[in-house]
Amino acid sequence: MTNRTLALLGRGYLGLILFFLYAPILVMAAMSFNASAFYQLPFSFSTEWYAKLWSNREILSAAGRSVWIACVVTVLATAAGTAASIALFRYDVPGKRVLQVLLFPPIAIPWLITGTAMLIFFFGIGIGRGTPAVIIGHVALALPYVIVVVTARLATFDATLEEAARSLGAGAWTVTMRVTVPWILPGIVAGGLFAFAVSFDQFVVSYFLSEPGDTTLPVLIYTSIRKGFTPEINAISTIIIAVSMGIMVLAARYSNFGGER
Amino acid sequence: MSGNLARKDRTRAALLLAPAYLWLTLAVFLPLSAMAFFSFLSDVPFGDRDWHVTLDNYRAVFESGTYATLLWKSLKLGMTVTALSVLIGFPCAFVLAKVIRGRAREAMFLLVILPFWSNSLVRIFSWAIVLRGNGVLSGLIDAILPWDVRINLMFSPTAIVIGLVHSYLPYVILTSYLALQAIDDSLIEAARSLGARRRTILLRLILPLAAPGIIAGAVLIFVPVVGSFMEPRLLGGRLGTYYGTVIEDQFVAVFNWPLGAALSFVLLAVILTILALASPALRRSQR
Repeated sequence: MTNRTLALLGRGYLGLILFFLYAPILVMAAMSFNASAFYQLPFSFSTEWYAKLWSNREILSAAGRSVWIACVVTVLATAAGTAASIALFRYDVPGKRVLQVLLFPPIAIPWLITGTAMLIFFFGIGIGRGTPAVIIGHVALALPYVIVVVTARLATFDATLEEAARSLGAGAWTVTMRVTVPWILPGIVAGGLFAFAVSFDQFVVSYFLSEPGDTTLPVLIYTSIRKGFTPEINAISTIIIAVSMGIMVLAARYSNFGGER
Repeated sequence: MSGNLARKDRTRAALLLAPAYLWLTLAVFLPLSAMAFFSFLSDVPFGDRDWHVTLDNYRAVFESGTYATLLWKSLKLGMTVTALSVLIGFPCAFVLAKVIRGRAREAMFLLVILPFWSNSLVRIFSWAIVLRGNGVLSGLIDAILPWDVRINLMFSPTAIVIGLVHSYLPYVILTSYLALQAIDDSLIEAARSLGARRRTILLRLILPLAAPGIIAGAVLIFVPVVGSFMEPRLLGGRLGTYYGTVIEDQFVAVFNWPLGAALSFVLLAVILTILALASPALRRSQR
């Protein structure tokens, strides 16, 4: 085989993979515009299921709660994570390696284990289930992502700039806010978008920590799917996928996540 | 004077680090400790329940064959999904890293990674729509093949594997891509000019150099799949009882938290062992 045929085969294979990754999502989206309540073909276009969403108070309030929680998580995780990244970058902190290793458990341990452990502990200390517990859990899951992304951006920052600013008489706060933060801003924005996505898409931890009847959107979808499918779930799922993919396209533009450029 | 400044720096560093690490302590490390404690209790220590310290939960986990069987079933599921993802994902990463160039590569890479950052629950649900009897897949195959076939993959182990591979495939593509991209093209060129065949280049040059990336991807897939419960529930139906779903049941249906904690800790021990075994490769892939 010549190199050209091989390259062509490779492209075809990549196309197949993309088909595998996107086909079910597109089918789900298409079915949310199909009039039939039982996913029957032939397809007839209708926005009925989206209209129904608007009058479904349960879904609307869960969606509102999900967005609100994700915003709070974004602010908290981005602030705490950026502060920690700057400290790890600027100061020769004792035990730096340990601090970096401690970021892995929230990412590496299955959420089933983290989520049930949080449930036990929050019950024990009186926080219990509910929105505050969900927020505490989500921030912990989002923090490592923020720190990793902001630290990656800090690696491109020239530390002598801070020294120059300091030698010109700027205090630590001024140096941070006028020199360091503007430089790493794209990293902070990307980290914040990751935090939003982690929280908005989080199912497992929310599932164990939220109060029945007072849940986030993914938890509500899970419980409704187990009762049976309706195209209404397709409609809300299509909206969720569109939102989270949009956020990730933004995050990729602000970080180097999309590979070298 | 300089000691004074260093102390000031240390205070600043501590203040900057405190929010993040106190938060992780409160929300991750203390809960994991609490869970370890719970796994040795006879009953939940809330209200006026009677409880004492016991090994009964672990005895229940190890002595009844059910949990061992389910753990093995989950480990097998993890191995199947990991092997399939590596086999499917590595060639894809290779095409991305070595065949496609320029802006097209950037766009393709983003397209491959994007689904991974979208809601996993929703993607599993989308497979349920595709795979259900009288669903899209069965209709499609019925339309293509002349004879009458009724395919209903829904609520089968195959459905669970398909859904999980779909969920975790981007991981191994991402890590393999990063490893492959680090391989200098001139190295491949040199091997070729010395007369090495394509097979030799792949087996003796590319695979060894990309191995840390492949192993990292495999671990990133294996660990969450062994602990999965939502995917088996939604795509496996009544056949979808795995180790993860049993843990879920202890917390949301049976309310035997101490047993659930013991089951979780056994799973954690298995996973930590696997991570420890893979850590030399993982460390190399970080460079």
